[in-house]
Amino acid sequence: MTSLEFPLTREGPYAPPKAYAEIREGDPITRVNLPEGGQAWVVSRHEDARQVLNDRRFSSDRTNPDFPLMIKGARQFRRSDRPRAMISMDAPEHGEARRAVLGEFTVRRMEALRPRIHEIVDQQIDALLAGPNPGDLVETVSLAVPSLVICEMLGVPYDDHEFFQERTAKMLRRATSAEDRRAAADEVDAYIAELITRKEAAPPDDLLGRQIVKLREEGTYDHAALVTTGFLLLLAGHETTANMISLGTLALLENPDQLAAIKADPGKIPEAVEELLRYFTIVDLATARVCVEDASIGGVTIKAGEGVLVLGYAANRDPRAFENPDALDIERGARHHVAFGFGPHQCLGQNLARMELQIVFGTLFRRAPGLRLAAPVGELPFKDDAAIYGLYRLPVTW
Amino acid sequence: MKIIADTGKCVGAGQCVLTEPMLFDQNEDDGTVIVLDDTPEGDLAAKAREAVLVCPSQALTLQE
Repeated sequence: MTSLEFPLTREGPYAPPKAYAEIREGDPITRVNLPEGGQAWVVSRHEDARQVLNDRRFSSDRTNPDFPLMIKGARQFRRSDRPRAMISMDAPEHGEARRAVLGEFTVRRMEALRPRIHEIVDQQIDALLAGPNPGDLVETVSLAVPSLVICEMLGVPYDDHEFFQERTAKMLRRATSAEDRRAAADEVDAYIAELITRKEAAPPDDLLGRQIVKLREEGTYDHAALVTTGFLLLLAGHETTANMISLGTLALLENPDQLAAIKADPGKIPEAVEELLRYFTIVDLATARVCVEDASIGGVTIKAGEGVLVLGYAANRDPRAFENPDALDIERGARHHVAFGFGPHQCLGQNLARMELQIVFGTLFRRAPGLRLAAPVGELPFKDDAAIYGLYRLPVTW
Repeated sequence: MKIIADTGKCVGAGQCVLTEPMLFDQNEDDGTVIVLDDTPEGDLAAKAREAVLVCPSQALTLQE
């Protein structure tokens, strides 16, 4: 059998690439072709996915020449002069870097942000409802809410949102050339470096300012490393949640019985959010690894130097872990999904994302109970060309 | 039942706290797990099992 060319395109807004189920049910750990040439293993079952992602024999080091990259030319334009981001580190270095910022993302800290996030959500829904009807949910709510929240947390001026949103979108589009991607990244990088330099003079009480103070006290402060962290948090903090807000809204509008259930009992919203995260798995291929010591996974030997793509979306549709996995069922109990990854790199901002999604869905359908799509689903601009799935626009009316 | 937490393995995802804040909290400095009640009974014991299932670093184990 000829190997599949990765990455594959989703079957539609509600379904993974067709081949995912065939791989998972046929040959669950198999080799596929990469865009830059060469091959990697794909791991498709829930149990195997969790095992690989929590196993030190699989490295996250994107500077390893054998690391499987999804974008053509990415290696050539790698910025080798910059400190590695947390997502590219392994233990013990990774644990140290993660723990330095973890205190900012605890469940308790996120709870303390709840009233402020509520205000931001209300303000953006006011803006949507006061604007033209039909309006675009993406611009006014989906992208604005998480951008406002992460800007406030980090201490990034929101007035600059167009600058970093445009460049992030460019970086995430697969068709963007490696050269253009690097240029966009360099611009955001320079912007954050300048912002941090200003904060160094008199560290303000925001996440970046507190990091400067804390790391200086510990004697480990490194300007370039904080720029890398700031870059990662800013990017990860808006595109991901934005796309889940749009897709989640779409799925609830398309499943009126389930929408009615959460309207009748908002206590069901947290469970619904977990199910929506599972159902869409918008960041599917970010969980790539390179094997650094031979390992046996699901009866297959993976050798040091071989790349591995953990297919989160295949794992989240694995009938061994989720009964009737292709159905959206907000009451199924989906907390064991791997939409945020698994293992030591599991999403740092997951509890912020959860809270934003819970508040948006709870508020949007209460404030605009008649909300409905203003265009046929077939005509919506889905992000089939981006590393993070979602919607470019979502026209709604109320 | 006894809950054993390995803070060396813990990655501070907070999934245990989300599962049951009566049983788990996080160190406010580095986010690692703090077990508030390590011998839960009844409904709380079921919550402890759920926390073990969703912990991303398998830092929690149960001694039955």
